[in-house]
Amino acid sequence: MLIQQLVNGLTLGAVYTLLALSFSLVMGILGILNLAIAELFMIGGYLGFTLITAGFPLPVAVLGGMLGAAAIAIAIEKIGYQPLRDAPLVTPMLSTLGFSIILQNVATNIWGSDPAQLPDEYFGKQYALGPINIGEMQLIVLVATVVLVAVVAYIVQKTPMGRALRAVAENREVARILGVSADRLTMLAFILSGSLAGVAGVLIALHYGTITPYLGVEIGLKAIAVMVIGGTRQIWGALVAGPLIGIAEVLTVAYGGSQVRDFVVYGFMILILLLRPQGLLGGARSDQGQRV
Amino acid sequence: MSNALLQLTGVTKTFGGIHALSGMVCEVPEGKIVGVIGPNGAGKTTLFNTITGAYRADAGEVKLKGVDVTQWPSYRIVREGIARTFQNIRLFGSMTVWEHLLVAQPHSESAWRRLLPISWANPAAQARAEEVMEFFGLTELRDRPAKSLPYGIQRKVEMARAVTARPKLLLLDEPVAGMNHDEAEEIRALMIRLRDTGLTILLIEHDMNFVMRLCDYLYVLDFGVLIAEGRPEDVRTNPVVLDAYLGKDD
Repeated sequence: MLIQQLVNGLTLGAVYTLLALSFSLVMGILGILNLAIAELFMIGGYLGFTLITAGFPLPVAVLGGMLGAAAIAIAIEKIGYQPLRDAPLVTPMLSTLGFSIILQNVATNIWGSDPAQLPDEYFGKQYALGPINIGEMQLIVLVATVVLVAVVAYIVQKTPMGRALRAVAENREVARILGVSADRLTMLAFILSGSLAGVAGVLIALHYGTITPYLGVEIGLKAIAVMVIGGTRQIWGALVAGPLIGIAEVLTVAYGGSQVRDFVVYGFMILILLLRPQGLLGGARSDQGQRV
Repeated sequence: MSNALLQLTGVTKTFGGIHALSGMVCEVPEGKIVGVIGPNGAGKTTLFNTITGAYRADAGEVKLKGVDVTQWPSYRIVREGIARTFQNIRLFGSMTVWEHLLVAQPHSESAWRRLLPISWANPAAQARAEEVMEFFGLTELRDRPAKSLPYGIQRKVEMARAVTARPKLLLLDEPVAGMNHDEAEEIRALMIRLRDTGLTILLIEHDMNFVMRLCDYLYVLDFGVLIAEGRPEDVRTNPVVLDAYLGKDD
């Protein structure tokens, strides 16, 4: 029973990890919380859901959710961020809040506010591994997460593009002085972040077999807590914090009841903010260099 | 002088009624090391910021190779061949020495190649980074994150980063501030070697002795006003300079 819960928690945590990475890609580079990411996640979920029920194979659904969310992320950057980039940080954040409410509204109008259900025959297969059962979709979520994290790690750590992203994240002005095009990289961060959120949405929607327009608020926003717990300036903190929160949440529901679930997750976030603001992984924050 | 790489005429910059620079006139000939000295708050850093386009001059002209760049945005001026270092070291703390030298060559790959590992994406950028590391004696420290390096080495990394993109003019803002004598001597030797490769250097410095033994020509600023200029040996004995600068505690 416990091991089974751990597997379930790991699956949920995998999705949190992807979403938290999505939040911190933008946060790390611009210092703003793109609140609309939670809704990109939800829209991505709906797109994937729609494609699957229309009979398309899983890779098409994942790609569809990813591209759809990335396209909206581009619009958000162009309309909601770029014109406001010289304003105080709270201004673009409020504009992303506006976007997130609009997106939720759009989804309600298109797909209705009742939960959409996936017929049972999709991804219903179960594999027995000794005492635990792993669903087909659970396996897909876990494998996809590992692959996507590896892709993001590769882009950020190994490529010229990722290096430029990190330079802008560490010091925008100096990056500019070196001739790095900070504006183009900002757009890139939005696209990468939106794609991740979209894929995470498809994965969780298919895993649960159901989706509502409130998926973003229920699950998407929790990724902010995951990011804080992992450390906002340490994008790899999400690798630890995601599974941790996923497991904590599933165990809380199993042994404490679902009514205290959010209390545990967000309570933990507040505790981290108070006691360890640099996040669990801690260490040196990337914004504290010899810069003063 | 027709061979001036950089030429300033009447450059003025005001902040809320205070003249940080007034009517600055100077020339930096190609292949020379020119120094700007003056007490704290004399307008030296403002001068650099105005040259690189970080500040917009209120009056006057900045010319690079005879082209008026006064109104150009910063990135265009940078691409035209001006690189700089900062008074307070500004490195990317968690990036390695090697990465600093690669990130300083941002226009060296075509768009899709930027998603390949560096060894495939741009061998030329890699070769240039190796060459600069060698020149600055940083090869051993290649994979060390900048923040783990001693202060003096960080200064060198910053200079190396500025030089990597092959600028024509290098602006150094107090390159030996906070260094001991040996470290400063090492930087001095580096600068002379850089000049011998054809690079033109304009530096701001506090340390009089240091500039006296390094620069080909000096400008002396006080309260945003040019009070003297000339060869080091002439400036050293100029009574106006002695009064404004050397006579004061800084």
